[in-house]
Amino acid sequence: MPANAFNGHTDYGIGIGLRVPHYRHILERKPVVDWFEIISENFMVGGGRPLEVLDQILEQYRVVQHGVSMYFGSADKPDREHLKKLKALVKRTKTPWLSDHLCWGSVDGTYTHDLLPMPYTFAAAKRTAEKIKMVRDFVEVPICVENVSSYAEFHASEMTEWEFLTEVVELADCGILLDVNNIYVSSKNHDFNPYDYVNGVPHHRVGQMHIAGHTKFEKYILDTHDHPVLDPVWKLYDHATKLCGVTATLLEWDDKIPSFDEVHDEALKANEFIDGAKAAVKKKSARATAPAVAS
Amino acid sequence: MKLSAAARADTPRHLLAFQRTLKDALIRPLAPGDRTQKKWTDGRPMAEFAAEFIKPNDRLTALERLQIYNRMYWFRLLDCFYDDNPGLRAALGPRKFTRLAEAFLTKYPSSSFTLRNLCSRLERFIREEPHRTAPRTALALDIARFEWAQTVAFDEPARPVVTAEEISATPPSRLRLGVQPYVTLLAVDHAVDDYVIAVKKRDALRAEASNATTSAHHAERAKRVSPPRRERIYVAVHRVDSRLYYKRLDAPAFKILVALRDGCPLTRAIAAGGRGLKPDRAREWFATWMQLGWFCRRK
Repeated sequence: MPANAFNGHTDYGIGIGLRVPHYRHILERKPVVDWFEIISENFMVGGGRPLEVLDQILEQYRVVQHGVSMYFGSADKPDREHLKKLKALVKRTKTPWLSDHLCWGSVDGTYTHDLLPMPYTFAAAKRTAEKIKMVRDFVEVPICVENVSSYAEFHASEMTEWEFLTEVVELADCGILLDVNNIYVSSKNHDFNPYDYVNGVPHHRVGQMHIAGHTKFEKYILDTHDHPVLDPVWKLYDHATKLCGVTATLLEWDDKIPSFDEVHDEALKANEFIDGAKAAVKKKSARATAPAVAS
Repeated sequence: MKLSAAARADTPRHLLAFQRTLKDALIRPLAPGDRTQKKWTDGRPMAEFAAEFIKPNDRLTALERLQIYNRMYWFRLLDCFYDDNPGLRAALGPRKFTRLAEAFLTKYPSSSFTLRNLCSRLERFIREEPHRTAPRTALALDIARFEWAQTVAFDEPARPVVTAEEISATPPSRLRLGVQPYVTLLAVDHAVDDYVIAVKKRDALRAEASNATTSAHHAERAKRVSPPRRERIYVAVHRVDSRLYYKRLDAPAFKILVALRDGCPLTRAIAAGGRGLKPDRAREWFATWMQLGWFCRRK
């Protein structure tokens, strides 16, 4: 599914996150990159350096917005000022789609600045879907919701995480930003099979994927984004691309950020799996069009 | 397992209550050793409270899982507080500064979608609880105001600049100029600009040398920046071409700018500069401020 309604019918290829330590390299050397993902909140400001850099980037590159504080799963309503600022940025970047997380993180106007896991209940799914629709109607671009990595599960949950994700995106009729690293991290923390997760989501709704590195501790895995992508995550990504098709993919590297080239080279490793996915898709369609043979 | 009312999330009302309770647990200050506090607000063991909401697994108890989030909350916010206030940290010392940060974030947790605004109420907090910065409360206040002004200068909007033609088209007695939202005018009792520059230079040098340093604590003591002496200064914190600058102002210049910012017409603003102000001097200042693009149309 290279292009679908959930990513604005685009075929963006492999992107990397736009991060401050790389600004100078990008602006001076203008490396060839399919697209940059920006953290919306870093640019929802009145002026100054952030917007100056963004405007220069927009002259040369395609940009997709990724948010960290819309908190679709928070029980309270979206903040109108936040929405207005987000929409102004959407107009500036012309992002073909917008992503944020399937989580909660604020309540009664207090922000935790964390991506907190949801209780997987039908009531929460309904409330979350309503909020996604409200935001989409306001900003007027397709929305993809991203599964988060988590370190806690709640007794209140009535279904698995992937069933909850499916319930939400079907109710909201929105896309999925499938973070395969987050699936892997959560699968280790909560003892489920990550392939069940990937197999269980509606593949036609996947508009983007994330890959990243993580850190193993003695009793749990933390989603640190400070390493290259680990082998089990590449394997899961390989599996996901075969099911979902070639999808816009982004490498997240947010801490201990190495040189631009190192980050970009790591992201481009995804091409190896994308080629495999293309071959799988070709094979599938060839099989579908081949004349039936009597057994 | 039968869930308590607080641990349910099967109706919108319960979901809200669930999130309120867990938020309170996550933002609760850490106990010594960066551990989650042992008791919940109602006196119950915290382990019992956590087990009501969170499932354990074979490696982590419910409390340990809650603690991961409790720690991440505090580490994230404290990191941000440290980054935004290097001068205040140097002036108070690490221990006092950390205690101030914890008390401030407990009283004023983030109320914005962006961490950029985390310290917007720090000046107010220092005024409300002066004992936390005593005996250096006056200095702490000056530095906190100065460091917040840098956040403002970094990314507040720039409004359309007033042109010389627009200025000459209006009689000075009726001309009201706005000052750009990213310009903060400060009258402080310590040379905080020089002090913060010195602290930042020291920190940059320390970061450069970090691989060779065997004891960070020792390095901190060895390269202590002396606190600024008491002296009245006037300073504008602003930006030019997206770069941050501090500009010292003479007292009359400061008074003129404050009067303009507060909505006085030009003639009255200049009068605020004092009787002894020479017209040539004022003209010079205005030429500089115009060049810097400080004047904008009022809303």
